[in-house]
Amino acid sequence: MQSLLVVARNTFRETVRDKILYNLVFFALLLIGASVLLGELTIGEQSRIVNDVGLAAINLVGVIMAIFVGIGLVSKEIERRTIYTILARPITRTQFVLGKYCGLVFIGGLNIAIMFTMFLSTIWLSGNSIFGSLFQAVELMWVEVLLVTALAMFFSTFSTPTLSAIMTLGIYVIGHLTGDLKAIAEKTKNPATESIMTALYYVCPNLEWLNVKGQAAAGVPVSGDYQVAATTYGLLYAGLLLFGACRIFERRDF
Amino acid sequence: MDAIVIERLTKTYRPTWPWQQPATVLRDVSMSVGQGEIFGFLGPNGAGKTTTMKIVLGLMKPTSGLVQLLGRSVKDVDIHKHIGYLPESPYFYDYLTAEEFLAFYGRLGGLTKTELHQRIPALLERVGLTEARCRPLRKFSKGMLQRIGLAQALIHDPELVILDEPMSGLDPVGRKEVRDIILSLRDQGKTVFFSTHIISDVEMVCDRVGILAKGTMLAVGRIEDLVSRHATQSVEVVCEGVLASSIPLIKDAAIRVLQRGSRCWMSLPGQQKLEDVLAAIRQAGGKLVSVIPHKATLEELFLEQTNQGV
Repeated sequence: MQSLLVVARNTFRETVRDKILYNLVFFALLLIGASVLLGELTIGEQSRIVNDVGLAAINLVGVIMAIFVGIGLVSKEIERRTIYTILARPITRTQFVLGKYCGLVFIGGLNIAIMFTMFLSTIWLSGNSIFGSLFQAVELMWVEVLLVTALAMFFSTFSTPTLSAIMTLGIYVIGHLTGDLKAIAEKTKNPATESIMTALYYVCPNLEWLNVKGQAAAGVPVSGDYQVAATTYGLLYAGLLLFGACRIFERRDF
Repeated sequence: MDAIVIERLTKTYRPTWPWQQPATVLRDVSMSVGQGEIFGFLGPNGAGKTTTMKIVLGLMKPTSGLVQLLGRSVKDVDIHKHIGYLPESPYFYDYLTAEEFLAFYGRLGGLTKTELHQRIPALLERVGLTEARCRPLRKFSKGMLQRIGLAQALIHDPELVILDEPMSGLDPVGRKEVRDIILSLRDQGKTVFFSTHIISDVEMVCDRVGILAKGTMLAVGRIEDLVSRHATQSVEVVCEGVLASSIPLIKDAAIRVLQRGSRCWMSLPGQQKLEDVLAAIRQAGGKLVSVIPHKATLEELFLEQTNQGV
């Protein structure tokens, strides 16, 4: 357990020192700029627009960071051969993968927490009300970041960084279109298309379950049952991917 | 109990595509490294030294064969508490300072905070990096990186130290420093297993050597034993007032003859025909200038072995 925490702590430190959290400056500028500008342009809908832009920005920055940092950190260990000296220590490969993941999850959570605090401050300063549904939406975004980080790590345990990024981005996009995949499968007359779409529907994570931004921005909360079910789904899927990543990592040569 | 036991180690890379051939990079490699000795693993580039070391450390899985470290299987994670490793051309976390870097590896090795506070300054002193302790590794020179790499291999006071080309890229002073550290490890009773293709490094510090070429172990043993067993012990004879080409005995016995005016230089493959040659020189009215037995070197053995292996 100590080895896992040592790797997690170092991953966190690497991300901080690589200045990854500078994305927060970009986020702050985007949020303040959009709020000021759109506040001027829209009458009566300012609160909704600020909420929409804020949640979308948190989601976008969180996911992009999860994909690129998630892939980069594991691939770099292999490419730069720092992994040799680590695995020569009393640490299992599973502990290494989980340690990396924990470090990434912590930095992802911190990133989202800071962005969300900035977002709430913007709402408060602009004189709008803070809905409880915003907290629900951000919690599910964090679950999505956990899942996407696990996806990025899964691919980076056996693939090149570029290919891993393409595959993770691809599955992220498909994950948000699973409803359309099912609709295509039902409507198509081509059996091959139906099989492919059905397979994709069941294999790819349904990320739309974790997306409640639209209703949260309007102040409409989701039920507690939905929140728990969606969180459980996301965590289970992430757990499955991590299990796969650990299995692959255990088997490969360095 | 030996520190390292390798038995019939074979590594074959499976082809990525069906039309490619499998590549065997190690063939039935067997050797052992005794506790407390310095073992030099010699071989030309591409011989399979790094692959062997990676298998010994569990970074790679062998196709077949057995590896034991300090009497336990390499799969036993706890055995790594007693092993230090420095890879070839190491790259480290360059955002860490020297102290943070050693603390990271120390914690991975299971050291407590108190132990780290004692070990880190002592090791930095030992590798001559005390002044640079707060500097990030990205500002280190190649020699400094090699030295901090050596320090990370030693931070948890391991019984067995495995070093892959520890002197590569170092200037003569740096190489001497690394050699001194290796020798001091032996004085502390540690086992050192290091690979290199620089023969002089091996001759200066090693108790025993293994020579690997094209994935095959060609020779293992003490340097003196191997040299006397394998390489030729030539004798250099210099004389005056003799035309070597006119004496058939010298022409037959010598492997090389050089005539410079009245002075003749010849090299005999051994001492068997030395007396006959000296008698022939005297008989021809020549004057003997010198007889120098030429001690075979590890370099000759290495070249002889690797040429046969290749």
